[in-house]
Amino acid sequence: MSYIPNTPDERLDMLAAIGKREIGELFECIPSSLRLDELKLPGAKTEFEVIDKLSEIAGKNTVFKTCFRGAGAYRHFIPSAVKRLAAREEFVTAYTPYQAEMSQGVLQTIFEYQSVICRLTGMDVSNAGVYDGAHAAAEAAAMFKDRKRSKTVVSSAVRPMTLETIRTYCASAGSELAVVPTKDGVTDLEALAKAVDDKTASVYIEQPNYFGIVEDAEKTADVVHAAGAKLVVGCEPISLALLKTPAESGADAAVGEGQPLGMPLSFGGPYLGFMAVKSADMRKLPGRIVGKTSDSKGRDAYVLTLQAREQHIRREKSSSSICSNEALCALTAVIYCAAMGKEGLCDVADHCLSKARYAAEKIAAVKGFSLRFNGFFFNEFVTRCPVRSSVIMDALEKEGILGGLPVVIDGEECILWCVTEVNTRDEIDNLSNILQEAVK
Amino acid sequence: MSELIFDKSKAGRRCAVIPCRDVAAVCVPERYRREVKAELPEVSEIDLVRHYTNLSRKSYGVDNGFYPLGSCTMKYNPKINEDAAELKGFTDIHPLQPESAVQGCLEVMHTLSEYLCEITGMEAMTLQPAAGAHGEFTALSMIKAYLLDRGETSRTKLIVPDSAHGTNPASANMCGFTVVNIPSTADGIVDIDALKNAVGGDTAALMLTNPNTVGKFEKNIEIIEKTVHDAGGLLYYDGANLNAVMGVARPGDMGFDAVHLNLHKTFATPHGGGGPGSGPVGCKAFLAKYLPNPVVKSENGIFSFERPEKSIGMSKSFFGNFLVCVKALAYIMTLGAEGIREAAENAVLNANYLQESLRGTYDIPFDGPCMHEFVVSLERLKRDTGITASDIAKGLIDRGMHPPTMYFPLVVHEALMLEPTETESRETLDSAAAALKDAIAAAYDNPQSLRDAPVSTPVGRPDETAAVRNPVLKA
Amino acid sequence: MSVQKDLFYAQSHEWVKYIGGGKALVGVSDHAQEEMGDVAFINLCEVGDVVDVGGGIGDIESIKAVSDIYSPVGGTVTKINDELLDDPSALNSDPYGSWLIELENVSENSKLMDAAAYEAFIAE
Repeated sequence: MSYIPNTPDERLDMLAAIGKREIGELFECIPSSLRLDELKLPGAKTEFEVIDKLSEIAGKNTVFKTCFRGAGAYRHFIPSAVKRLAAREEFVTAYTPYQAEMSQGVLQTIFEYQSVICRLTGMDVSNAGVYDGAHAAAEAAAMFKDRKRSKTVVSSAVRPMTLETIRTYCASAGSELAVVPTKDGVTDLEALAKAVDDKTASVYIEQPNYFGIVEDAEKTADVVHAAGAKLVVGCEPISLALLKTPAESGADAAVGEGQPLGMPLSFGGPYLGFMAVKSADMRKLPGRIVGKTSDSKGRDAYVLTLQAREQHIRREKSSSSICSNEALCALTAVIYCAAMGKEGLCDVADHCLSKARYAAEKIAAVKGFSLRFNGFFFNEFVTRCPVRSSVIMDALEKEGILGGLPVVIDGEECILWCVTEVNTRDEIDNLSNILQEAVK
Repeated sequence: MSELIFDKSKAGRRCAVIPCRDVAAVCVPERYRREVKAELPEVSEIDLVRHYTNLSRKSYGVDNGFYPLGSCTMKYNPKINEDAAELKGFTDIHPLQPESAVQGCLEVMHTLSEYLCEITGMEAMTLQPAAGAHGEFTALSMIKAYLLDRGETSRTKLIVPDSAHGTNPASANMCGFTVVNIPSTADGIVDIDALKNAVGGDTAALMLTNPNTVGKFEKNIEIIEKTVHDAGGLLYYDGANLNAVMGVARPGDMGFDAVHLNLHKTFATPHGGGGPGSGPVGCKAFLAKYLPNPVVKSENGIFSFERPEKSIGMSKSFFGNFLVCVKALAYIMTLGAEGIREAAENAVLNANYLQESLRGTYDIPFDGPCMHEFVVSLERLKRDTGITASDIAKGLIDRGMHPPTMYFPLVVHEALMLEPTETESRETLDSAAAALKDAIAAAYDNPQSLRDAPVSTPVGRPDETAAVRNPVLKA
Repeated sequence: MSVQKDLFYAQSHEWVKYIGGGKALVGVSDHAQEEMGDVAFINLCEVGDVVDVGGGIGDIESIKAVSDIYSPVGGTVTKINDELLDDPSALNSDPYGSWLIELENVSENSKLMDAAAYEAFIAE
């Protein structure tokens, strides 16, 4: 089955129309020494066989009934309407909306997405999205580099994968990266002040950070701006319903992982990187941007705009090569935000915050599981772990629970827990009971 | 109809509602609290559903009709692939679950990597890159790490033909390479003399698309390979056009050291209005230790992750656009060895058939048999009638099809680039040819109708100058 | 298409106007702005930068293209035309009134064309 409509006879007719007798003649331009006999791949399968086989493979994964793990990927409730609407084939099977007139639907959804990201972050301009949160952080670091400032400074309290991604991008570009230590679970601002110099282009922190703690972003912004550098804040989008926005804190750019906005866990992708900046830096943004204009009859029309920033025009002078992005994930995010709405997103954030506090108290009440840090946290927090973390994880897994992520902090075995609106009080109580049993 | 979702908002309306909070409320301390709530829309479920359903109807996908966008391989996206990617055993898996609890996901990644290695003639593969350009960045980072590791710090130049996709030079720039553009010959292929003059001790690599962006197979590929390798440079394959040769010839056999693929082109995963894609990178064994972290290995039927010895690190979080990989695997399983080859053969047949149908009406600057796509030039038409490639493209919208790629490659003036793909029937190609010819006739008979086009769409041509000079980028 | 008499021109279509005191203004010609189309944005070097003959001083973005600008003479940048940066469309309507940068300590460039020579050059 190769989805080719033309029958063998039709193919022969078409060959005749171009003056050929057999299909091999079309490949005569390929040196014969390079032509392949056959691929060593299994033979064709029918639809029935393929779905059967893939279902069997999917069955080898464990779908946990309950999940207390986050660390960059979060289980949230996804309304059915979000999944159904984002699966509309006109959206799914469209290309990048180069032909604006026949792509007004896709273009308008991107414009709405940009608006939602600006409203959540308080920023002025959003792009249409990049690959994921870590990539957004790396692109933001690249975006602020210029002839005079090319160094990037990153807090060590960010997600390790984000740090590693920024490190990869800086290494390839041949530009300097400095990592600032953590103090009491947050970025050490004294160390940051020393690390930021007149070569520093930007500083990256996360809000809340990897340990779940809310950073003092305002003070960070003051330190960064005093040195003439830009502050990039990687933020968790649902927390933005309640927490001070990056713009209110004085950040120059807000980036982050959009997965919590309606995307399933999906073993890590596809996710969505969001990026937004102040107006002054609009032309530094990488990726697609949709603008609103009008047609000759004065009707509102949406179009890809500010394209002179992009690789297809700027070529080797472009600081980013992004072309394909995560448009369908951006669509999912805007539909999710509209489905939850102004009040609903606050409810979700409120649940995350309140239940995480409840869970932290319950877990910390178990002997040996005290909270590792004291700072204010949103939906993640770190506790100590009095036994080998594998003992705890195994005990939880037997009950269909994916426990928090084992992490080692200053040589001490700890667990990074995550609680969202889908975790019930009963699940949290059950979790604390299992922990109690496990350390008896 | 063109109202934004925000315009439909009414205070108090709700769509999704979550259960009542069953624990005590926690307040955010004032210094961490945002001042006012984010102005997200407040709509009912039916408002939401109608809004986005209507927007979907103002979009155009492969499921709506012919989409011969050159270099984009807009083939049919089989529905079974979507079903496979919606299996709970794939969608509900946390990426940081223990390896023992994700053996199925690792099997998908391992199997797909092996299949892609076989199709490309490569010896190792990463699925981490999220798109073609991301694959370019990843592979060039690996090449850079390899060169630095060998102390070859003077190899700073990347050679790129002038017909290349813009992502090639941009990715090279991101990796700190200096781009050396080389011209194409009158036949549209790499100018061997120019290549010979360009290579040297400072050459890091040549980036090449083969077949190239004018739809020609680089018939001198063996000379190209020898020229670059003899100079100590590497060969990089941009897989955008692999659909023309998969199952017929392999980049690895042509001498390429690294490749990226576009699963959202060649392997039938949908493009989603711009993404998500997937841009796996394959390489020869000597580059494998530089692959991004992590790669999947298999031992005695048990799959696990490992960090390659001299890995460039991660190019994004986690392991790539996993669900896109599931779709591509479903596609390869469905086609099998023979089907893969058959797809390439028919992609080339369809392109040649359409090119033949247009000969005489359209100028074909690089005439002769093409591979999976071809380029026509409307330079003469513009001179004769003032009608541009863009006008013709807009006229084609009114004739019921998605226009071809416009103004690319840059080496052809007033270019239109057509890639019909293998999943189009003869009737579709015949009616597209008729539409394409009719548009040219209109350029002579009624040019104003093309300047006014399209008229069949919800809006006419947007004022792009106003959009750029006075950007309105949010509501 | 117009060529202004009292200016000197480079093959890359920039003009230079000597304003005395070793100073000069640099802009782009009418021909250049017409080739670019509607100008949307201008990126320029900074005051205090030292530029060589033929050195890059910025780029001009139009709707679907970006064009590098090269300095026809060497010197030190003393002024940037901020008004033009705020309204780049003036470059289309008045290319010879729309200077980009002012230079001091201007070095000579004998390869520059006068108006007549430039007119002949673009007619080719």
